[in-house]
Amino acid sequence: MNVTVQPDKLTAKDFASDQEVRWCPGCGDYAILKSMHKSLADMGARPENTVFVSGIGCSSRFPYYMATYGFHTIHGRAPAVATGLKLARPELDVWIVTGDGDALSIGANHLFHALRRNVDLNILLFNNEVYGLTKGQFSPTSRVGQKSPSTPMGSIDSPADPCTFALGCNARFIARGIDIQAKELSVLFARARDHKGASFVEIIQNCIVYNDAVFADFTDKDVAAEMQLHVKHGQPMLYGKAGNKGLRLDTQTLKIETVTVGENGVTAKDILVHDEKNRTLAGLIAALRPPSFPEVLGVIYCDPAATSYEAAVATQEAQAKSKGPGDLDKLMRAGNTWSVT
Amino acid sequence: MNLQADASRGGATPGTDVSKSGLDAIVVRFAGDSGDGVQLLGNQFSQETALAGNSLATFPDFPAEIRAPTGTTYGVSAFQINFGSRVIKTAGDQPDVLVALNPAALMVNYKMLRKGGLVILDSGAFKDRDIKRAGFNVDPRTDGTLKEFRVLEIDISAQALEIAKPFGVSQKEALRTKNIWTLGLVSWMYDREMASTMEYIARKFGAEDPIGKANLAALKAGHAYGETHELSGDVVPVSMPAVKFEPGTYRLVSGAEALAWGLAAGANLAGLEMVLSSYPITPSSPILHILARLKQFGITTFQAEDEIAACCAAIGASFGGKLGVTASSGPGIALKTEAIGLAISTELPLVIVNTQRAGPSTGLPTKTEQSDLFIAVFGRNADAPIPVIASHSPGDCFDVAIEAVRLATKYMTPVMILSDGYIANAAEPWLIPSMKNYTPFKVQFRTETEGFHPYVRDPKTLARAWAVPGTPGLMHRIGGIEKDYNSGNISYEPANHQKMTDTRFAKINNIADDIPEQGVEVGNAKGKLAVVGWGSTFGPINRAVTNMRDKGFDVSHIHIRHIWPLPRNLGQLLKSFDKVLVAEMNQGQMLTLLKGQYLIDAKGLLKVSGQPLKIEEVTNAIRAQLES
Repeated sequence: MNVTVQPDKLTAKDFASDQEVRWCPGCGDYAILKSMHKSLADMGARPENTVFVSGIGCSSRFPYYMATYGFHTIHGRAPAVATGLKLARPELDVWIVTGDGDALSIGANHLFHALRRNVDLNILLFNNEVYGLTKGQFSPTSRVGQKSPSTPMGSIDSPADPCTFALGCNARFIARGIDIQAKELSVLFARARDHKGASFVEIIQNCIVYNDAVFADFTDKDVAAEMQLHVKHGQPMLYGKAGNKGLRLDTQTLKIETVTVGENGVTAKDILVHDEKNRTLAGLIAALRPPSFPEVLGVIYCDPAATSYEAAVATQEAQAKSKGPGDLDKLMRAGNTWSVT
Repeated sequence: MNLQADASRGGATPGTDVSKSGLDAIVVRFAGDSGDGVQLLGNQFSQETALAGNSLATFPDFPAEIRAPTGTTYGVSAFQINFGSRVIKTAGDQPDVLVALNPAALMVNYKMLRKGGLVILDSGAFKDRDIKRAGFNVDPRTDGTLKEFRVLEIDISAQALEIAKPFGVSQKEALRTKNIWTLGLVSWMYDREMASTMEYIARKFGAEDPIGKANLAALKAGHAYGETHELSGDVVPVSMPAVKFEPGTYRLVSGAEALAWGLAAGANLAGLEMVLSSYPITPSSPILHILARLKQFGITTFQAEDEIAACCAAIGASFGGKLGVTASSGPGIALKTEAIGLAISTELPLVIVNTQRAGPSTGLPTKTEQSDLFIAVFGRNADAPIPVIASHSPGDCFDVAIEAVRLATKYMTPVMILSDGYIANAAEPWLIPSMKNYTPFKVQFRTETEGFHPYVRDPKTLARAWAVPGTPGLMHRIGGIEKDYNSGNISYEPANHQKMTDTRFAKINNIADDIPEQGVEVGNAKGKLAVVGWGSTFGPINRAVTNMRDKGFDVSHIHIRHIWPLPRNLGQLLKSFDKVLVAEMNQGQMLTLLKGQYLIDAKGLLKVSGQPLKIEEVTNAIRAQLES
């Protein structure tokens, strides 16, 4: 399973481990895994410098299928383990693979702190709005009314939106993609990797067994164009088969509304232009949900901070070391001592 | 009056110097409001005492509240020091001198003073309201409450105010110099050089700061008060001869300091950089504070969002090829248990420091106990053994920390260090070690690709290979799911789980071959009675056994450092005694462990009052065992 000779140009195959993938047939995770294998090769990543860290859940088996370094940790704690790893080895390319239960329920605290500290991690949250590995209970992103073994009369919990949560945690890179959209995902992976600091990518992922088609209202082929808005920095937020639907801001209510260019006096000038550095705008568009709105996909927010957490740590350590390396014998003899002869 | 003279103890008569009295140790207890600066007073007096060459042991005894309402009994902070011209092993059973800076401090502490002992009290703090608030119905100075003691009343508050005011400090700041004034007085009483305190004041406030000047003046004034007042006719200063210590350079060290430095030394000997990842908790936080200032030693400190994250980040650091360390106390250790299980399963080095405190739950956060032995040895889901080592004194924490790093890196395992609140906060004179006297145990990371898989083991230690991310050709995946013995891949095979469980067990068990055999601290290796202890009960047990042997009793002291695995010869050693008495500050955890391991009929001397074991308590238990 270990590659001893590294060819210069790696392919997707070089990033796939020899382990049999054990997700359910038809699971969205397969597509994401395949995209990752190819993306890493395309990005010129090196397997020995790449680490995948995960928690517990279906998505968290991901590291076993990567021919990189990997650490399958405990439920919810991947951001904490990865933070320690980055503190020890800032030069490594560290990815976290997590799910909606792992990241937003048992591990929400750690996700919050990894994001606010701005540790240079690439965090991929596979959102399927259900607990798969424990057989179908509702999750923190499940919709009100979802019936599950633990909610036979329907869930009464108000769901969390991962991207809005990340924004509230002061994340500086927030993106959203869909499991089967390999081309778009690879762009998000590359952007996340390039971003210095914590990158947060929500991946809409279909659980074929416990929550099949829950995203069908915007992922089905026949509605995709009408219900997906792929945002690009500096471009007007237009979507639809004809490309004439768009988002407009009502400046009186500060609410987003959907409009059609050419109808009711709407012109191209009325359409919001995506500015990925605008945090307020990011908050408005991240929360939009079908069926009233299209699902917003792509890089929703990207505004790098001056420094990442581990870079700031390194700066302080370099400052401490500038006076010379520590000497234990001296340290222990500093202050009040006395000699006995 | 002579400050320490007590016919029952030293045969001294009033007015004589201690050097003629034969008295070789004195216990002084300082007590006041939690805002009075009693800990500072005690620490500075300890420094002066150590520099004078006396042996000493201290016991800071403070409340969990940072600033409890003024004058309340639950806001009383105390600091006890036992110092002498012989080797001191405990902070002393009973104070000879009590310095009470308010009525509440008197209320909480006067009953522990020995008969005939001296009470010095700040009469300026004994207003009616303060006396009532402390819970006295009548002024204790007038109703015979203190009739068994000698009482010296000084209006310390007024003295401090008067001295400090000319420096232009506020009334409040002026009054706050009363701890330093008291230090001046006590320094005079015991013939202490005050230079170290003067340096401390100058360093803390700066030479030109009015508060610093006020404190310096208060220090000198307290000293002068003793010299010049009528006091001198009544209270005679005492000069305690220096102890004949082993030659070398000494300092005072607290358990937290020695432990932090020991971790740094251990990492250094292993050739590793360290990541200490902790969450604030009493009484463990000082380790984080100390190491946060040692970045130049290749130490990264990380204050995590919670105890779980602290442990997980340390594990992540170890995965990355640094030494992951996490430090906490009981409730925090409970939170870390799942993560410790992950480190056991992934066989990564990890040092966990548990500065024990009284429990369960929040318990008594600032009070000491030894009740985490079970959670250390057994407290995880499934079969999850780890080595456990206990330090027995502040200075001993240094070597224990080094040993923990050695075992963690050599055997690729989490190791738990058991310290406790008493050891962490107490200070003792310490012969400063030289790093050149320690043998390095440099870690070799795996780089060879041939024959590699993540669970390939050293045939002797059974430790798995440590291959760190960034190493070409050694990419691998680890995790909490059971792994195949021969490939490191996920395995659900029944026989493999048996083999891996047996291997993890054998790996830890074999460490018994790599640690010293159990010795006897005092007494013979066989006989009528062995008193067995571990951790911070060392001092009282050792002193009690020594005293009883002097009286002709056949008793030995055995003190266990390696709690798990236990030394190979321990069972045989214990069976060489007619009786075994286990003295510990819990409800019988070591007692149960030893009974289970060796099927011996041991008895317990068990105490969980949040206070250290007393010499007298051990002495009485020895007598009861040998006379029954």
